[in-house]
Amino acid sequence: MYLHQVPTNFFDIFPDDVSLLMVLIDTNPFFWNSINTSLSFSKFISNVLAFLNSILLLNQLNQVVVIATGYNSCDYIFDSSALQNHNQKGESLLQKLEEFVDKDESLCRDDSVDGPGFSLLSGSLSMALCYIQKVFRSGPLHPRPRILCLHGSPDGPGQYVAIMNAIFSAQRSMVPIDSCIIGAQHSAFLQQASYITSGIYLKPQLLDGLFQYLTTVFATDLHSRSFLQLPKPVGVDFRAACFCHKNTIDMGYICSVCLSIFCKHHKKCSTCGSVFGQAQTQDSSTPDRKRKTSVDN
Amino acid sequence: MYSLLVPSFCAINKLSSALFQGGNYIFEFDSFADRDICREFVAAAIAFHGETGKSTSEKPAAALQDEQLSTAEMEHRIKLLQEDNELQRLHKQFVIGGILTEAEFWATRKKLLDQNDRRKPKQRVALKNEMWSVKPLSDGQSNRVTFNLTPEIIHQIFAEKPAVRQAYLKFVPNKMSEKEFWTKYSRAEYLHSTKNVVAAAAEAAEDEELAVFLKQDDMLTNEARRKIRRVDPTLDMEADVGDDYMHLPDHGLLREESKDVLDSQYEPYRRYFSQDLNQHAAVVLQGRVVDVELGDTRSVAEALARTKQAELANEVSDGNLEKDLSHRISRVAEIEDLQGPRDLAVAPLCIKDPRDYFDSQQANALKPLGDAGSGVKTLKFNVSSVEAYGSLRELISEIRVTGLSEPITDPEVAFKVLSGLTQNISSTKYHLGKSPHESILDSLPKVTKEDLLHHWTSIQELLKHFWSSYPITTKYLYTKVTRLKDAMSQVYPKLQEIKESVQSDFRHQVSLLVQPMLQALDAAFAHYDADVQKRSAKSGERPNGFM
Repeated sequence: MYLHQVPTNFFDIFPDDVSLLMVLIDTNPFFWNSINTSLSFSKFISNVLAFLNSILLLNQLNQVVVIATGYNSCDYIFDSSALQNHNQKGESLLQKLEEFVDKDESLCRDDSVDGPGFSLLSGSLSMALCYIQKVFRSGPLHPRPRILCLHGSPDGPGQYVAIMNAIFSAQRSMVPIDSCIIGAQHSAFLQQASYITSGIYLKPQLLDGLFQYLTTVFATDLHSRSFLQLPKPVGVDFRAACFCHKNTIDMGYICSVCLSIFCKHHKKCSTCGSVFGQAQTQDSSTPDRKRKTSVDN
Repeated sequence: MYSLLVPSFCAINKLSSALFQGGNYIFEFDSFADRDICREFVAAAIAFHGETGKSTSEKPAAALQDEQLSTAEMEHRIKLLQEDNELQRLHKQFVIGGILTEAEFWATRKKLLDQNDRRKPKQRVALKNEMWSVKPLSDGQSNRVTFNLTPEIIHQIFAEKPAVRQAYLKFVPNKMSEKEFWTKYSRAEYLHSTKNVVAAAAEAAEDEELAVFLKQDDMLTNEARRKIRRVDPTLDMEADVGDDYMHLPDHGLLREESKDVLDSQYEPYRRYFSQDLNQHAAVVLQGRVVDVELGDTRSVAEALARTKQAELANEVSDGNLEKDLSHRISRVAEIEDLQGPRDLAVAPLCIKDPRDYFDSQQANALKPLGDAGSGVKTLKFNVSSVEAYGSLRELISEIRVTGLSEPITDPEVAFKVLSGLTQNISSTKYHLGKSPHESILDSLPKVTKEDLLHHWTSIQELLKHFWSSYPITTKYLYTKVTRLKDAMSQVYPKLQEIKESVQSDFRHQVSLLVQPMLQALDAAFAHYDADVQKRSAKSGERPNGFM
């Protein structure tokens, strides 16, 4: 259960299948450099381009906006509603992408980076949501927006708060966030994002067939989702991890001041510094019970 | 009804400490409600006294005393049970089943019980503000004047005139009957109302008792002197609109004091209106000090006398008051310029880096999704940014040159993907429902669902009482824990039964649902066993232990 449950007749309000798709592509160079697979960046981009074309073919009024999530910055690189020569869409996208990469490089302050690094997902999510808000205010008739994250870099813990804020604001505006993970590991942030906003989270098994995944699952518009069967994750594990060992625990001790969780008794809370009361002089003090079911009710 | 119950409780309390060493007793009750209440106590008392020694005899007596349930409360509890089915089921299961006592069951539900009490009006009736409530009714024809004294008026008289109260306690019923007392009092009042001080003095000289009513009240003057000494000098006496002396002389009240100078012998018999007014105001504002039924005059007088004495005793014993007063004066009337700087003791704020927390959450959230490794390997090596960006640029230009490949995907790969997706979707559809927010519970038959939920709440109730009884310090807690343990061990087969009653395709889901309940029970049992072991290890050291 979350705060704003999507009303059951939501899909009856807007029977149109016109959609505004915001695609956030991960252009973190360190990530693309670090993976060693069948999916190179060029193949990835070509799949994405074909996918964008097919979206625009589905409905004349469909709109697509592409935002690049870089290492140091994010920027719009394509907007289908901008007037331009229709045959040159791919060209202009690639052109803008190159410019973006140049700009991103110029902003780079690190000389070298270990591993895949983190991309600025929170930034691109925010930009997408701002664009959507602009569309909402453009008038009564507007396509139904959704966000698709093509993400591969690992989650940056420093962005957690910003990403959660973006997720909640998407939830509030009823904008689903779909996630397609092209990286090595799952992304907890995007998993939560898709769960909370009732989007789709998918980590393709065969990255060669990325295009097939995109068209089967992520091309579906919001109206059709009410009667199409789409892959769903098993469920989000909301259990907490203890602060001392980062193990998932079912029962533990909680500091009553800051609610930090520990798996065994401590004299002092390591987060807020409050001193815990003396344990009873007898054998064992009563551990607080803390339960969370793994199946959401 | 209430008075019937009270003696029974007192009786049982008296009985409990001396009684349960043997012997049979038969109690008679007027109604089933009484009998049920008493049955609870007796059962509880028997349970306590069956095994305890002297050291714990105070506790059960205290526990019994706390259980003073009036019928109103009993009714309230019954009503609560009737309204809430879940609560009734739990109550039936635990209290009637003998696992928890009534007190324990309701101990955690104080909020529910309190709610109703708030609906009853908590307003108390204050004292009347009428000063001249004793108005004589004079019969125009005869010379008789009648005074009507109701218990309320009597209460007020005792509150305002301590001399009259004291006289009452002294004279009645020794020297005169109550009726005579009040007749004399009324005579005094009549004399006062005529404002004939000389006549009052004359009559006072004749009748000693009457003199008490006619003279000024010494007790009052003493009280006034005491109060003056305790006035807070920091009191803000600034006049406001209510203190308008200019436009309404004497606040609109008639001047009663005669201007003639009387002989000093008549002074004590003079009554001052302002004194009466102040005293009356003080008493009314203080409100009802005693809560005694007004029927019995004597008890009212005694109760008032007691409170006054208690107040006096408090004042005398409270020698610190003067010190506190001087402290307060220095604090309130302080001159800021002359004060030194004040250091507020504040603990430094220390908040840990939130990143540490979220790191752990991430690891946690990814576990159920299983290991990655779908052919994507991450090579962790140090890459220079120039190199990275360079390669990216290269790849982009590659696309520009080559364009989109044809076909975009290998058809076999595409087919594999499609069938994989289809299989995934169809397998999860029947197991998990249409949306991730749908739950398994809804797909189970209704009876099973209700059973599971009820088991969950009853397990929580049991565990709540179980964990709150640790660490075990008294015999009572020990027996309680044993009772709870037995009840908990009976839950396992019931849950197993539920699992088996469900259709085979749901069985896995149900066992997933049941698992946390079993885990909680297992943890409780583990704790219990560990505790028992420790106790038996320690019992060698403590032969005089509680057991």
